[in-house]
Amino acid sequence: MSATVVIDDLDRRLVRAMQAGLPLAPRPYHAVAEALGVAPGEVMARVKSLLAHGAIRRIGAVPNHYALGYRANGMTVWDVDDDAVDAAGGAVGALDFVTHCYRRPRRPPLWPYNLFAMVHGKDRAEVEDKAGRIALLLGGAARGRDILYSTRILKKTGLRLAG
Amino acid sequence: MKPQSRLARALIDRFQRDMPLEPRPFDAMARAVDSTPADVLATLGEMQETGTLSRIGAVVPPGVLGASTLAAMEVPEERLDEVADHVSTYAEVNHNYEREHALNLWFVVTAADRRGVDDVLARIERHTGLAVLDLPLERAYRIDLGFDVSWS
Repeated sequence: MSATVVIDDLDRRLVRAMQAGLPLAPRPYHAVAEALGVAPGEVMARVKSLLAHGAIRRIGAVPNHYALGYRANGMTVWDVDDDAVDAAGGAVGALDFVTHCYRRPRRPPLWPYNLFAMVHGKDRAEVEDKAGRIALLLGGAARGRDILYSTRILKKTGLRLAG
Repeated sequence: MKPQSRLARALIDRFQRDMPLEPRPFDAMARAVDSTPADVLATLGEMQETGTLSRIGAVVPPGVLGASTLAAMEVPEERLDEVADHVSTYAEVNHNYEREHALNLWFVVTAADRRGVDDVLARIERHTGLAVLDLPLERAYRIDLGFDVSWS
């Protein structure tokens, strides 16, 4: 993944600026270049290289799922055998309706789950239907499961344009 | 769902995963959806104002900008607003959600390195007197590749 990507300080500032959002200007990279105090050509070259090396996964129009009518945001979580979790994660991550899929540590007894898959739906029934499809795929590999719905977004910001 | 213009839908469908990497990307986008750069910029601006578009920007894999973790807390209901407000004050916290569970507060902490993450978690524990569960990413199987919107 990204652990092997070496980026310098200017790259880091550029990635932060790009993550926060491009200005809606006819030449947005020129505006970013000006904010960072470098030449536009330098910005274009670095963005190309960051994309090629995976330090930027993609540049796109990122929709707000909630505002598009996907009112139910469910973090589905699963307790999967350590031996089976990587294969299971690969299969769950390949489902078209799963937007994020991660392995994280369990913290028993409070937190017994090690596989996280984020699912959006227009309502909870749609999220539950999708969670059911994940359960089917996992079969006996999953010992326990839960769905955590978000009820409030308390803070959601891209990182700021830092100097 | 709010009504969306044909142009707004086309821009999301065509460019949520990748937009053209060139000095005038909105010109290229306008050509691709049979519109004008001015209309594309106006529509994107409107979508940003109404909140249907969160941003035009880069999606960055975890770890590139430093260390991060997903943190969770079990907060007594009557303290939830106070604790959530405190957590949101840290510049290192960039997502903070209330979820329906005994662990009812979930947030992402990103810092230059792991020590910076530990420091924020420790400060939150000290300030609130509550434990913070630290759930760092061990492996990513899928990272925000976009989302097929069904425009019913």
